[in-house]
Amino acid sequence: MNTRRFPSLGSIYFLAIIVLLYLPIALLIIFSFNNATAMVFPFKGFTLQWYGKLFQNRELLKAVGNSLMVGLCSSLIATTLGTMGAIAIVRYNLPGRTVFLAVAALPLVIPYVILGVSLLILFNEFGIPLSAFAAGLAHVIISIPYAMLIVAARLVGFPNNLEEAAMDLGATYWGALLRVTIPICSPALLAAFLLCFTMSFDEFAIASFLVGVDATLPVYLYSQLRFPTRLPTVVALAAILMTVTISVMLFNEWLRRAGQNPAKRVGK
Amino acid sequence: MENRGRFISLIGPPGLYLFLFFLMPLGVMFVYSFRAGISGVAHDTFTLANYQSFLTNTHFHRLLRQSAGVSLAVSTISTLLAYPLAYYLVFRAGSKRVTLMTLLIIPTWTSYLLRIFSWKLILGSNGVLNSLLLSLGLVEKTSPILIYSRGAVIVTLIYVWVPFVALPIFAALERIDKSLLEAAADLGCKPWEAFARVTLPLSLPGIVAGFFFALIPTLGEFVTPLLVGGASGSMYGNLIQDQFMRALNWPMGSVMSLAMLLAVLFLVFILTRLGSLTDLAGF
Repeated sequence: MNTRRFPSLGSIYFLAIIVLLYLPIALLIIFSFNNATAMVFPFKGFTLQWYGKLFQNRELLKAVGNSLMVGLCSSLIATTLGTMGAIAIVRYNLPGRTVFLAVAALPLVIPYVILGVSLLILFNEFGIPLSAFAAGLAHVIISIPYAMLIVAARLVGFPNNLEEAAMDLGATYWGALLRVTIPICSPALLAAFLLCFTMSFDEFAIASFLVGVDATLPVYLYSQLRFPTRLPTVVALAAILMTVTISVMLFNEWLRRAGQNPAKRVGK
Repeated sequence: MENRGRFISLIGPPGLYLFLFFLMPLGVMFVYSFRAGISGVAHDTFTLANYQSFLTNTHFHRLLRQSAGVSLAVSTISTLLAYPLAYYLVFRAGSKRVTLMTLLIIPTWTSYLLRIFSWKLILGSNGVLNSLLLSLGLVEKTSPILIYSRGAVIVTLIYVWVPFVALPIFAALERIDKSLLEAAADLGCKPWEAFARVTLPLSLPGIVAGFFFALIPTLGEFVTPLLVGGASGSMYGNLIQDQFMRALNWPMGSVMSLAMLLAVLFLVFILTRLGSLTDLAGF
């Protein structure tokens, strides 16, 4: 009897957790259409005015621009550097590999507050002004391990004799990497790029120390929390951001799965 | 020889970048920790005063203990909540388990700041929950439920970490050979005995990994306390942030950061001693 009752208990528990996880997101989206400045029941009526106001807010648009720029640049650099690192650690087992791997993976566990303040000190010491650019430099550091892991997972799936075959056919080593390895890794490269981009786009802790006056979107959002009258526009923006991030990541998950299956086929 | 050259050209650019913007800042911070931190100006004198005051300041120690307590509470409760979740998915959800696991992970993809922010809007005194209770006539006047306290920080962080903790436990449970459980049953084990003697010990690496997955990042947490913690919910990370942004005592902040760095590296060291990292993460 116990074993028969357990599944239902388990599914109720699972459902409860799922509801708790999605409730804040759902409420945020629902209230972004509410025709009132405070997020309180009962509902006043449906409106799109908060979404309309978003596009008139110059500061906000500038923050969006900063975040897009920081996200694009940092994830491009991180994907490039991560791919180089991934090829090196998957294809070669030479001295220096372990040290490199340890250093590259370390940003996964170091608290962001430490990364933020240590770069703040460095930039201050060398007279580099705080800016969105400075935050971007830091975002590359936290993105490299993720990019490296994603690309490495793809690389181990196909044998390196494909590169050798290309070289036998007259390609140089770097030519073989560019024409064989990189194209085969392209789903992983796109997945890595998108993951790094969403991480940078959402990142608040490090950016809060480094952006100076060029607020990125999360930093701008945080600064708006003090003003209750601006709350509805922030909520509308949050609703857009959450929807976009979930869509991008779902696409990314699909990409990652689609990318791994052919790898297994080639591997055999 | 050829290989060596290629390896170095591949590893060079990412290695140089990590050296310049990751290792060097930590090095400069180490140097800073020996400077005198008077009124925000870092003087070029060597001093151990910061370390001394760090070791003797009881206010720091209290906050350090408090935030260690918060981190431990969060990781313990998250692990306890995540285990049945992962267990249900692996043993009861059948072929839907990967889809359901993805469903569990999706919310963690959205902005961390925004999710905490939405909890603030729900739990706040002028928030959704209060207004709902008010309009249903369940309470007479609004009261701040569960916000601006250490409890609020713990609840919010558990909310953030449960899915992440469930992930390695899910992976560990998935790897258990189900025929072992049949064998246990054939040999006369009751279901709970089979669980205690077979399933639980075999899923231990996942439990350990999940626990540390939550413990390590929450140690350095400062955003959640900033949003929902109020004065009593402050954590060690907020202390560091204050030294840099408000008190402008960067050398003192450097000492505090280095102490936290040591603590984190120590935990990572323990974790790697307990088992291979890739094994724990279930890659």
